[in-house]
Amino acid sequence: MQTTAPGTAGPTPGAPATGLDVVVTGTSSDAHTWNLIYLELLLTEWGHRVSVLGACVPEELVVTEALACRPDLVVVGSVNGHGAADGLRLIAAIRAEPRLAALPVVIGGKLGTAEDTARAALPRLRAAGFTGVFEESAGTAPFRRYLDTLTAGVCR
Amino acid sequence: MDAPTTTGFGAFVRDARELVVQPRMGFGPPRRMRRGLRATRDADATSVGTLTLDSYTRVGDLAAARRAVTEGTDLNGYPLLTHGPAATRRMLRGIGGPGFPVQVRHGSAAPQDIVRGLLAAGLHATEGGPVSYCLPYSRTPLAEAVHHWTRACELLAEARGPGPEPHLESFGGCMMGQLCPPGLLVALSLLEGMFFVRHGLRSISLSYAQQTDPVQDEEAVRALRALAAELLPGVDWHIVVYTYMGVYPRTPSGARALQDRAVALAVRAGARRLIVKTTVEARRIPTVAENVAALETSARTARALPRPDRAAADDGRDTQVYAEARALVEAVLCLGPDIGRGLLTAFGRGWLDVPYCLHPDNAGRSAGFIDERGRLGWSSVGAMPIGHVVTPRPAAALTSSGLLDALHYVETRLDLGELAGTGAHREPAPAGS
Repeated sequence: MQTTAPGTAGPTPGAPATGLDVVVTGTSSDAHTWNLIYLELLLTEWGHRVSVLGACVPEELVVTEALACRPDLVVVGSVNGHGAADGLRLIAAIRAEPRLAALPVVIGGKLGTAEDTARAALPRLRAAGFTGVFEESAGTAPFRRYLDTLTAGVCR
Repeated sequence: MDAPTTTGFGAFVRDARELVVQPRMGFGPPRRMRRGLRATRDADATSVGTLTLDSYTRVGDLAAARRAVTEGTDLNGYPLLTHGPAATRRMLRGIGGPGFPVQVRHGSAAPQDIVRGLLAAGLHATEGGPVSYCLPYSRTPLAEAVHHWTRACELLAEARGPGPEPHLESFGGCMMGQLCPPGLLVALSLLEGMFFVRHGLRSISLSYAQQTDPVQDEEAVRALRALAAELLPGVDWHIVVYTYMGVYPRTPSGARALQDRAVALAVRAGARRLIVKTTVEARRIPTVAENVAALETSARTARALPRPDRAAADDGRDTQVYAEARALVEAVLCLGPDIGRGLLTAFGRGWLDVPYCLHPDNAGRSAGFIDERGRLGWSSVGAMPIGHVVTPRPAAALTSSGLLDALHYVETRLDLGELAGTGAHREPAPAGS
């Protein structure tokens, strides 16, 4: 059956026994959720524990949740073309909270309305405090490498 | 469809001698909007007009809509409340009327101001619903959306006069656009329609969005008609089919084939109205000319199809989709006569549970998948009271790559031309399979 890719379900063989606690969220203006559902499934398959905040998440809610759940990682997904602008506002709100200054926060997806505007935004997003920025054209491999490194550090 | 009404959107569709076609269309400047509506009216088709609102108006950010109008920025729809009733009446003058009703489409979970605005502009038809415009796109608590939509229905009903009968369409047949098994879509559309009627509407439409399998889609539209006939006596109602709302084919031939299947679904299953899509849907916002081409192509396709056999078309009860929808509707109706309260309780208990919907008020324990035959099925039903009619298949639960395949299932197959045939002669699968 085409909808099931055998062997991809469950933790990847060889992955650390303990995964990360990950919060997945959209941005304040983005009503898309299929990208978040995909991230939830992907991260679960990679052995992590995921909670998803959903669509159109206000910045304050991400901060509140991060303080309440103390996750190992926050993953921000955006596909509506406003990812760069919304992402900058979100990371400013997170980094303004001293207790979240060191929290790993990454963003990915379709970050601008066109490919060149998205590329131009990457250094600004990193400079603003995102730990990692993953543009959709790069696929999932760089994201996976980042997670493996982070997992090795957290689950030592 | 048997209730007499005066004039208006519902009466126009009921009295039409062929499938009524409708575009999805909204422009910021009144002059462009007028051109789009006039072209829709003048198309070689029995058409109704659409006034799609911009997303600032939709979320109530009227300052942003005002700024865009003042600065001449492009908007993704018509800012009804910013232009105001006088300018909108001017825009519609000589176009909108008994021979060409215009419907306002918006997407708001709190539509009272939009309803007041459209009534003030002389319009009387719109769409949405307390569940369908809340769960998929907003974080508005469902209880608030039920409250807002109760008031919106009352505003529409209070506007009833000697003129056109107010009309409201449920968007419930579209939840999340794709991967929701049809039984739940049918149930939600029907329940929202009943909610509208309880709050004063006499003319409504129920929607169903084309999914992955033509036979299952036909079962769904027939089930919706059968349930409406049972549960909406004395109400003027019709069924509207939405051309596929998921990831759309990129090739013109794939897009055309999918549109043809939607037309065939509407005609064969007895829907009275169809919302069309264009061949450029996957790439950009269509032009007026592309919309007109889609309306005329769909009308031609509909005229070439044989008229459905009335007796056969009226039997919608002996199917899996009907059994699931019936069980869900009955469960909610058992919660009491207040449908809004029933919907809240049902979602609270997970009796209604939309797959892949992340809204905080949705239980999120159900999941759908596409089976070997291309039909939508359940890998999990959560707490929905359909265990006696469904055997969920947990092993079919979607993985991340399976989800991507499923989201692109229709697109990839139609772009390859695999499903270009309409599947008209396949027999419906037996109930309970």
